[in-house]
Amino acid sequence: MTNRHKKLGISDDEVLNIYKTMLLARKIDERMWLLNRAGKIPFVISCQGQEAAQVGASYALNRNTDYVAPYYRDLGVVLSFGMTAKEVMLSAFAKAEDPNSGGRQMPGHFGQKKNRILSGSSPVTTQVPHAVGVALAARIEKKDLVSFVTLGEGSSNQGDFHEGLNFAGVHKLPVITMVENNQYAISVPFDKQVASENVSIRAKSYGMVGVTIDGNDPLAIYEAVHEARNRAIEGEGGTLIEAVSYRLTAHSSDDDDRYREKHEVDEAKKSDSLVTFGNYLKEENLLSSNLEIEINNELDSVVNEATDYAENAPYAEPEDALKYVYEE
Amino acid sequence: MAVMSYIQAVTTALREEMLRDEKVFILGEDVGKKGGVFRATEGLFDEFGEYRVLDTPLTESAIAGVGIGAAMYGMRPVAEMQFADFIMPAVNQIISEAAKTRYRSNNDWNVPITIRAPYGGGVHGALYHSQSVESVFANQPGLKIVMPSTPYDVKGLLKAAIRDNDPVLFFEHKRAYRLLKEDVPEEDYVLPIGKADVKREGSDITVITYGLCVHFALQAAEKLAEEGIDAHILDLRTVYPLDKAAIIEAASKTGKVLLITEDNKEGSIIGEVAAIIAENCLFDLDAPIMRLAGPDVPAMPYAPTMERYFMVNPEKCEKAMRDLAEF
Amino acid sequence: MGTENITMPQLGESVTEGTISSWLVKEGDKVTKYDPIAEVLTDKVNAEVPSSFSGIIKELVAKEGETISVGEIMCTMETEEKGIDQKEATIEPPRNNSDFNKSDETSKKRYSPAVLRLAQENDIELTQINGTGKGGRITRKDVERVISSKPSVSKDVPNQQSSPSISNPKPHRTVSDESPDTSINTGDMEIPVTGVRKAIAENMVISKQEIPHAWMTVEADVTDLVSYRNLVKNEFIHSEGFNLTYFAFFIKAVAQALKKFPELNSTWQHDKIIQRKAINLSIAVAVEDKLFVPVIKNADEKTIKGIAREVYELSEKAKNHKLTTEDMQGGTFTVNNTGTFGSIHSMGIINHPQAAILQVESIVKRPVIIDNMFAARDMVNLSLSLDHRVLDGLVCGRFLAYLKEKLENMNETSIQMF
Repeated sequence: MTNRHKKLGISDDEVLNIYKTMLLARKIDERMWLLNRAGKIPFVISCQGQEAAQVGASYALNRNTDYVAPYYRDLGVVLSFGMTAKEVMLSAFAKAEDPNSGGRQMPGHFGQKKNRILSGSSPVTTQVPHAVGVALAARIEKKDLVSFVTLGEGSSNQGDFHEGLNFAGVHKLPVITMVENNQYAISVPFDKQVASENVSIRAKSYGMVGVTIDGNDPLAIYEAVHEARNRAIEGEGGTLIEAVSYRLTAHSSDDDDRYREKHEVDEAKKSDSLVTFGNYLKEENLLSSNLEIEINNELDSVVNEATDYAENAPYAEPEDALKYVYEE
Repeated sequence: MAVMSYIQAVTTALREEMLRDEKVFILGEDVGKKGGVFRATEGLFDEFGEYRVLDTPLTESAIAGVGIGAAMYGMRPVAEMQFADFIMPAVNQIISEAAKTRYRSNNDWNVPITIRAPYGGGVHGALYHSQSVESVFANQPGLKIVMPSTPYDVKGLLKAAIRDNDPVLFFEHKRAYRLLKEDVPEEDYVLPIGKADVKREGSDITVITYGLCVHFALQAAEKLAEEGIDAHILDLRTVYPLDKAAIIEAASKTGKVLLITEDNKEGSIIGEVAAIIAENCLFDLDAPIMRLAGPDVPAMPYAPTMERYFMVNPEKCEKAMRDLAEF
Repeated sequence: MGTENITMPQLGESVTEGTISSWLVKEGDKVTKYDPIAEVLTDKVNAEVPSSFSGIIKELVAKEGETISVGEIMCTMETEEKGIDQKEATIEPPRNNSDFNKSDETSKKRYSPAVLRLAQENDIELTQINGTGKGGRITRKDVERVISSKPSVSKDVPNQQSSPSISNPKPHRTVSDESPDTSINTGDMEIPVTGVRKAIAENMVISKQEIPHAWMTVEADVTDLVSYRNLVKNEFIHSEGFNLTYFAFFIKAVAQALKKFPELNSTWQHDKIIQRKAINLSIAVAVEDKLFVPVIKNADEKTIKGIAREVYELSEKAKNHKLTTEDMQGGTFTVNNTGTFGSIHSMGIINHPQAAILQVESIVKRPVIIDNMFAARDMVNLSLSLDHRVLDGLVCGRFLAYLKEKLENMNETSIQMF
């Protein structure tokens, strides 16, 4: 019997890489919380609980040609697209070498041109029209690439979501939109945010395919994005994917999630993708205990090195604040 | 040389830039088959095809936002807002995104987009087809705002805007579209963004203005010349960021300065011009800095009596200029 | 090994303090970097604070339940590693802009509209003011300082002494040249000398430098004069409408004495002495913060009442700023009513080009021995400054003796008021 990942055309090495990227995202995220609680970095916003969707989707894209417009939780996406742990830590410490912004933006505001990660801001959902713009450019230039944009379910209520997706739908542009439905927009739960039964049903009004997927299953996400990409390249337009998972941390280091029950979080942790996907790999005999320890040790040292490097790296000069308002 | 109207200069600049660079494309409402509600893009759809002259849904935020995305990718989008008054839904995209992308990415990304919009009153456009909106954007570093006053300037500045590697808001006075005609060179040329232009040399008073008001001031200056009043007129051309050196030079030249805008007076561009003069020209001033502008009401009313009352015109310019000369 | 502090982290934007809800370690515990050491409660979050070092907990400085500010020490540790120094961007303190070059006078003549207006309204010569602004620019405050320190003398005063026929000799040097100590210390105020003050100063310098001053003082018993004046003053003001001052009597007496000793009614002029026929007495009239020096002309020909009226009228004019140049010209001798200020002895500077000045001091009731008995008498000192080129002690002594006699003999029967 062929296992799930082989059916999707994913090699054993590749499926292990998906797991390692998810785990690296989790470990960097956890470290950043510790650094915040130790008073070393002012702010953290988390990917925990959404790594499977982020990494699974990214691996279904062409990570050498496609463009991504991530939102602030997408550590898994940017790691998949080539950003390193060291670069993420430089951003966390706001150091000059931070490739996202040179220490100008808060952590989570990703952007890296060489890896085709569009620069993002804090007002949510503005990135949706940007991704549509990239898709339009690809159409004009007749390039076989797609743009991939992510956002939270709360952001799917913004005007830019509607304007962007309708625009993409009208012109059948190659844009894949993934709403990472983690059940909460800060403190407000899904049923107080979205009137429809789910987010993906909205795809119908944009003339595109809409699917709701288990966000804790990277292979299911991979499959959905893979199919979406094929449609996009074939000129069949965009896809709206809703990846349902659960936000395992508070909204940010400034938030205290007293607004939800602890047992709800504990319950969600049972389907934490790092556990469930790890189990899948073990069942497939791809992840032995030794290998698991080896991977953990390897990633721990990556995170430690990244932390030390970033902590010791220099800040930008004060007057660098004046640079790059316009082309220089 | 060919005699060209202000709007023909717009179309010419767009067409020449699209021929020159395949990355240049137009998007906006009714810009395609119809050729724009003012016919600024007339003929371009047939010449360049649907995807380079793209009719968009009614969706100002996406016109800007999609343009920004395409620009980040490396295209040279020219987005059209049908009226400047309708740019408001796109303000978040323009201010939070276009203006800040280069800075927030530490020079990694840039947004070479041009956003064109017809502005200005005196066309029976009432509240929502007459506004001057430049001051909304004129304290947003990262943006450039160009407001040309003549067909010659339109062609040279629009080409410069499209070639600029930063976002440019290009506001065209809709009453100037068919009112103003002049000889425009047929060859390719660009005019520098960020530089003001002396439209008339004079020694008694200095008028600093932009857009259609440049013509009102020029007309008034010719009348006043018969009385022996010699006006120096500086056209800002780019209203953000301002050409400080040219402003200081023009103000210092006569020491008597009148600033004109058809925007509401308080918080308008000319207030910043006045601040630059106040900061730099104290010992050259021979009179208080004076301003002629629209009244501080929300926008221009529809009825001709009230519209005329709101609008700057040559007569109002002449009176203000004479008052200043006599000071 | 070293000792490191673990401080309260800033847990959230706008958070300034945190409360230790519980310690998760105790003193002596061994912890590894990032191990949780305490639960902290803030306005925004509850959080476990991790250790920033590996080592042994030395002292729990903050107690459970204690609220401490962000950055204050929670506990100390003996560490195995050296703490990583956060490289803070060093921010250079801004250069002290007030340290500009004092000798820079490039902006000295750049007058702001406000400075020009003030200068014009107050008749101030701007070139004489030292500007305190950048590049030596004269600031509005510089001009305001000059205005507030303006001399309380009418601007015509400095010229009033000179008779039309006498030209002022040029001073040897001006006041502004005289500056033995030009260093300025903190808190010192530089008051530029201009206009009226400058003219007065120059005249005083001429007087003091050119005129060899000599001084003498006599004491007069004016008990009878005081009695008489007290007797009639109420009736006088009722009938005449103005006060009868002692000063009128003194002026009358001085005029009589000058008539007798015209040597004192003279001016020195290079190689000759000019004795004046007219006895024109310069008097001082104080009005609030101003001092005017108008002239009572031909004082010797006037009655006490006439003099009293003129003193009254001149002072009224002074109060209402109605004094004319003419009112203040032609003085030949000055009588200074220093008694008004309570002075009992002073040495006046002669009003150039006059030859002498008399200070009429305060009338004081004092015990005086008369006929070997103590008596309470009203006494006044008369202090004379004289130009020794023109006058000698002899004539002046006689003048004062005569004056003394005149005053001491002023009484109910001798005085002719009208």
